[in-house]
Amino acid sequence: MTGNLTSGPRIWLLHLAVIALLLAANFLLPEYHRGVFSRVLVLATFAMGYNVLFGYTGLLSLGHAMFFAAGLYGAGLPLFHLGWGVPLSFASGIVAGGVLAGAVGVLALRTAGVAFMIVTMMFAQVFFLATLYFTTWTRGEEGLVLQPHMRQVDIAGVTLSLTDPSTRYLIALTLFSSVLLITLRLARAPLGRTLVAIRENEERVRMLGYDVYRSKLAAVMLSGLFCASAGAAYGLLFGYVGSGFASIQYSILPLLWVLLGGAATTLGPLIGTLFMFYVIDYTSSITSAYLLLVGVALILLILFFPKGLLGTVREKWLPWLP
Amino acid sequence: MAFGPYLLLATLEGLVSAAVLALTALGLSLVFGVMRVVNVAHGEFFMLGAVLAWAVSTAFAGHPSIGFTAALLVAPLVVAGAALLSERLVLRRLNYDPEATIVATIGILYIIQQLALTFYGADARPVQAPFNVRIQLPWFGYSGYKLFVIVAAIALMLATWFLLTRTKIGLIMRATQYDRETAQAFGIPVDRVYAGVFAFGAMLAAIAAVLVVPTQQAHYLMGRDPLLLSFIVVIIGGLGSLRGTLIAALLIGLSDGIISVFFSPTLAKMLATGLVAMVLVFRPQGLFGATAR
Amino acid sequence: MASVTPPLIETRGLSRHFDGLKAVEAVDFRLEKGEIRAIIGPNGAGKTTFVSLICGRIAPTAGTILLDGADITALPAHKRVLAGIAYTFQITSIFPKLTVYDNVALPVQRRLLARGHVAPRDLHAGVVHALERVGLADRASGMAGSLAYGHQRLLEVAMGLALEPRLLILDEPTQGLSDGEIETFIALVRDIASDATILLIEHNMQVVMDLAERITVMSSGRILAEGTPAEIRANPEVQDAYLGTQSHD
Repeated sequence: MTGNLTSGPRIWLLHLAVIALLLAANFLLPEYHRGVFSRVLVLATFAMGYNVLFGYTGLLSLGHAMFFAAGLYGAGLPLFHLGWGVPLSFASGIVAGGVLAGAVGVLALRTAGVAFMIVTMMFAQVFFLATLYFTTWTRGEEGLVLQPHMRQVDIAGVTLSLTDPSTRYLIALTLFSSVLLITLRLARAPLGRTLVAIRENEERVRMLGYDVYRSKLAAVMLSGLFCASAGAAYGLLFGYVGSGFASIQYSILPLLWVLLGGAATTLGPLIGTLFMFYVIDYTSSITSAYLLLVGVALILLILFFPKGLLGTVREKWLPWLP
Repeated sequence: MAFGPYLLLATLEGLVSAAVLALTALGLSLVFGVMRVVNVAHGEFFMLGAVLAWAVSTAFAGHPSIGFTAALLVAPLVVAGAALLSERLVLRRLNYDPEATIVATIGILYIIQQLALTFYGADARPVQAPFNVRIQLPWFGYSGYKLFVIVAAIALMLATWFLLTRTKIGLIMRATQYDRETAQAFGIPVDRVYAGVFAFGAMLAAIAAVLVVPTQQAHYLMGRDPLLLSFIVVIIGGLGSLRGTLIAALLIGLSDGIISVFFSPTLAKMLATGLVAMVLVFRPQGLFGATAR
Repeated sequence: MASVTPPLIETRGLSRHFDGLKAVEAVDFRLEKGEIRAIIGPNGAGKTTFVSLICGRIAPTAGTILLDGADITALPAHKRVLAGIAYTFQITSIFPKLTVYDNVALPVQRRLLARGHVAPRDLHAGVVHALERVGLADRASGMAGSLAYGHQRLLEVAMGLALEPRLLILDEPTQGLSDGEIETFIALVRDIASDATILLIEHNMQVVMDLAERITVMSSGRILAEGTPAEIRANPEVQDAYLGTQSHD
């Protein structure tokens, strides 16, 4: 943040380069890996949303699956039951996430530290149980399969099918890039500075004239909106809406991805998600107990590398990395 | 069965749940009370107790009570050992920082759970009860073993209460809980107290699991519900308060048992979890605990 | 029609009790604009509690607080800062893992936000200006946590200054500073006093006598005496309660 005036262009170039590279990947990657990357890009968006609250603001939530799932179901349910089009369903998913984030924020921000973690975890659990309970609409654990014919968009006379791998990849990339650039803008804007300061010394920030509660609430809502957009995209792109995505596992995974990639870095979530995806992909072909790696990774990270990959890079070599 | 006896049956079932829950939650509450950390892997220590109970009891041929007694002795000790290991290797190095500990115990949760999956498998397996006596009530027959579980749990809780309030060890634990720095200044080996408390907490969960597993089955995912319910009990009862934990366990165990008999368990869990979250939001010291020092 | 401008700060019957302990009891206090006022008193007199009540960190049990004639008793702390009250902590409270520059950027940003848009140029200018005033401009890119203690105290003052406050409350600012650093500090405060009113809690009698135009002496939650340094020095009650015959901390 120091030296904003000089390193600005360098930072934007770096991010645009990453996006350009990912764009090229659409044409260069073998089919299987392109499919993996499509998923990774959407889930990395989820991780970036988590990073806003955990990395930048310092609030550790154990319930973020509910925001992802709010987007997932918020988009999937109208598409499936009401026949809404893809763009409208996507918007609906985001709105659902925003509303939930607002409600959760207002309640959960009354607590701090460990209590905040537990409260968010419990709210997420209620959401998860709700997806199991209202089986008439959600089909519970079995979930909803969104048929290919529902997942088509008509733009300027051309029909884009979301089942087409290239279309899917490009849409995932668009979502990822948008959220990445917004996060970058946020990190360098007054709100971003304020959130980091709140993480470092909340009382001091209050005594510097800031309405800390409002800033935190803004962080929760932004986080919720980003995560919901990822959830909505995931359902629409990959055609499945199920309660597994609302389970506690999907609250732990973004924490892991962000920790691994580097909390409070813009590109950390992508690195963490990508890395972990391939590690799990590889090990699940060997054993069904691949979550063991998740456990080990979490412990090693929190013990020895709390800054994660990019966080360590930033500390040691590149202090200008946002 | 008429409604009255049906309610009685539900109440008895609720008491069994409450008894087991009270023991499990007690372990969690002690760890938080003394060490001020939340152990998210607590449910897995419970599961480990059940799984080990299966392993030990099936190793003994002959009358099931022999195998069960062996399990009751061995399983909690092994689980205590596992807890000790976690505490030494991981928690101590984090200096018991609350947030880092939660992340680390999530990691421990996955490790224990997946190890159970690898070595025990994904199947649910039954464990034989030590005895098979049916108590004949005017309206229905009820398992004598379940009544034994209730009695055993009460006895263990009384023993723990005795340990905490009447022995030197208990005094040391309470002193460390009350003021860590002063305890250290008085020569109390706080590190060792922490290790002991953590192991003891895990042991209580394991014992509860061994007691209850003959009425259910041992499964590698069975730690999830006890964890959530223990959390609920500890939050409602007030973190660190023994009496609060007991009363909350009774409330929750009974209502969970009764509601599950008459309504959907999912709905019951939803309402319970939601309510507890609200308690934490609006009254963080729980219903019985004192506001944090 | 008021013919006299209201004092910058006025408290009426201000009290704060903690479970039976009367930390501050029925204090009537007036601070005029442009003053340099010192609050002194033995440990436990209620000095920090009193100023915490003024800046809003603690809520009063009874009484009212007025800022320039307006009742701010119910105003939350962050709004009081925006109204012009800046507080520097007794125990240094900066952002150790951020750079010195970023530490000061926060209050500058706050001030600029209150007026609208934050232009990077204005932010930079504001930070540089505040750092130059306290003499830390050449350390802007270093980590705040690696500063020497005396410099951290100066950083805190810089953060307060960056808000361009009407009232700057300094809570034991010279504690832990060397003699040379204290000299610099006294000069700095005199410089600041040209734009802001200063309220300072101090134990160092040399600093108090040097800087203060008026002194308020507190003891056991109440105001024991008020007056010029000469008056206070001569006051037997004060000597009894606090000063002793020759002591300075």
